[in-house]
Amino acid sequence: MDVTELVQKAVGLQGSRPSQGPGQVGKLVNRQSRQLWEQSGLKDIGAEKVARGLGWFSIGLGIAELLAPRAVARLCGGTGRHTGLIRLYGLREIAAGLMIFSQGRKPAAGVWARVAGDALDLTTLGAAFIDPRTNKAGVLFGTANVLAVTAVDVMCAQELSREKGAMTEEGAIRFRRSVAINKSAEELYRFWHDFQNFPRFMLHLQSVTETGAGRTHWVTRAPGGRTVEWDSEITEDRENELIAWRSVGGDVYNAGSVEFEPRPGGRGTIVRIDMEYYPPGGVAGTAVAMLFNQAPEQQVQDDLRRLKQLIETGEIVRSDASPEGTGQVRQRPAQPSGE
Amino acid sequence: MRANCFHGKREMRIDNVPDPRILNQRDAIVKVSSTAICGSDLHLYNGLIPTCEHGDVFGHEFMGEVVEIGREVKNLSVGDRVVVPFPIACGNCAACGAEAYSLCENSNPNAWMAEKLMGHSPAGVFGYSHMLGGYAGGQAEYARVPFADVGPIKVPNDLADEKVLFLSDIFPTGYMGAEMCDIKQGDTIAVWGCGPVGQFAIASAKMLGAERVIGIDRFPERLRMAREKADATDTLDYEEVNIHDSLMDMTGGVGPDACIDAVGTESHLPGPLYAYDRFKQALMLETDRPFALRQAIMACRNGGVVSVIGVYGGFIDKFPMGSFMNRSLTMKTGQCHVHRYMKPLLERIQNGDIDPSFVITHQMSLDEAPEGYKTFLNKDDDCIKIVLKP
Repeated sequence: MDVTELVQKAVGLQGSRPSQGPGQVGKLVNRQSRQLWEQSGLKDIGAEKVARGLGWFSIGLGIAELLAPRAVARLCGGTGRHTGLIRLYGLREIAAGLMIFSQGRKPAAGVWARVAGDALDLTTLGAAFIDPRTNKAGVLFGTANVLAVTAVDVMCAQELSREKGAMTEEGAIRFRRSVAINKSAEELYRFWHDFQNFPRFMLHLQSVTETGAGRTHWVTRAPGGRTVEWDSEITEDRENELIAWRSVGGDVYNAGSVEFEPRPGGRGTIVRIDMEYYPPGGVAGTAVAMLFNQAPEQQVQDDLRRLKQLIETGEIVRSDASPEGTGQVRQRPAQPSGE
Repeated sequence: MRANCFHGKREMRIDNVPDPRILNQRDAIVKVSSTAICGSDLHLYNGLIPTCEHGDVFGHEFMGEVVEIGREVKNLSVGDRVVVPFPIACGNCAACGAEAYSLCENSNPNAWMAEKLMGHSPAGVFGYSHMLGGYAGGQAEYARVPFADVGPIKVPNDLADEKVLFLSDIFPTGYMGAEMCDIKQGDTIAVWGCGPVGQFAIASAKMLGAERVIGIDRFPERLRMAREKADATDTLDYEEVNIHDSLMDMTGGVGPDACIDAVGTESHLPGPLYAYDRFKQALMLETDRPFALRQAIMACRNGGVVSVIGVYGGFIDKFPMGSFMNRSLTMKTGQCHVHRYMKPLLERIQNGDIDPSFVITHQMSLDEAPEGYKTFLNKDDDCIKIVLKP
């Protein structure tokens, strides 16, 4: 079980392979969390104010963990043996708090950082529950508290993301990434139209095959040796300007467009991708994935850079530390690998 | 093969590592005949440049014989003797098109790391941290050279390694430092740092027509080399005299027309201000110690140019922005666009305008490289430039 799955289970948002299809589950989670947001009265307080409250909570808890790690451990049924770890978590809490206060009025990333921190806390509490030396009632008390604040964190982060336009009304994550390439829009449109080219620059794409009726079947590699698959159909196609698509069934809902915008003065073309998706690992899974640079936003950015390399230089640029090229997450030492 | 590898702060070791192989069809493999330790390698050695890892092969100044080429490399043949420029450049992107090779948009596969620290990424560089690509360096028996159809320059056999090796970095870097000063007849140029790059900046400033070139350092042997070999008209020892007062005295209060910072991130200064910046650096409140840069800005004449070729890694403190803005100064900077200068500077060497080998004080075998880093860092035995023979 990898981290993403562990977190999904811990947070209990959704399983990794929902039978109803990820789009539906995403929408369901979204609807439920919005209902809770409204019923609990948090909506009336407003996401910005809730975020500030969470920021102060983070800093307060962080200081407590830093100064009185033993007391915090005892309160959550711990043995008081891992004071170093709790102090580190305290620093993390303070960092998340400061992040919330340093991101302007809508600190979505800061609150998402709290969600990732909650996931870490829950994983630690899970480990504490298995440890025979801990006080089980205390651990359960701690877990209940963390779960409660996790719910507030997730709802608040979602609301902030929505207000910033980083999430659709239906709760799908929305983002935009672009790259400038030294080629004409016509050439880039033609290159993009041939989906056989995609595996050449999309690092995580295993295969894309035509299934007839204008549809394609996509298989991508996900962390932990799993694959994510879906079918896709073209929804709009304007020559040399734009291609739009949306998924129809599969493990992950995604829809988007790629636009080819000529830069002024004949300086090549901006290739811009607008996308929305329901993450297969749930929102919390995405927060964790972001920490490991595996989030779809980062993958799309990396793939655009690879596209630029391929179009401009004719190859994917490789170094000794990154023999797979841009997007490789784990670095090797900068010495020849012998492979 | 044997290679000089990083194993943490001030710990280099000769390791046996696999031989490099062609990874892309525009690659070449070069059998290194000569390589050098650069002053900027000491920044890595001292742990000041982030994203270096255990096992990284260092070295970005090297030359040798082409022993293998990819299918797409049409301009080189096996057996060619080449000097390799330290920035890696694709030759196809907009930056390469503008001859700004050290800003190549494609050669750094780890661009995202540099973007986090610097906003945008410069080109990939051999043996210079993962943030700048994670490429194995040239302090080794062999090196893989990406985009070999763009970078390496063929050199004639009648020129010794020692004469052409520095086309890889320090000669073009010093030259670009002088070129950025936009030198006019009668100009006075002050150069902070008389290490190898400073020596070439001084020599280039003279070649480009400067009347008076003032070298600043604290090591007598470097100041002597500046006067006797690089043709500096004056030198100043900053541990002996007040640099600002001396420069004002020499220029009648006007200040040098242009100031070159050939020191970079690890500059020194006698007195409490050094302790203050060193302390902040130790606490990671700033990453670079910019004494030379601060002095250069304050000393430069109104409307003059500050040319920065010393390497900086991150953030500095107490930047005299008021002086800089109110006095209409211009700052020009950059890792050298080496590819742009290799051919014209090779011609200057062939014409006998300059023999770059004058900076060499030590020759060692590759196996002695870890010892060489220590010697160079401590300036033992009047060390100025070390050339290694694999």
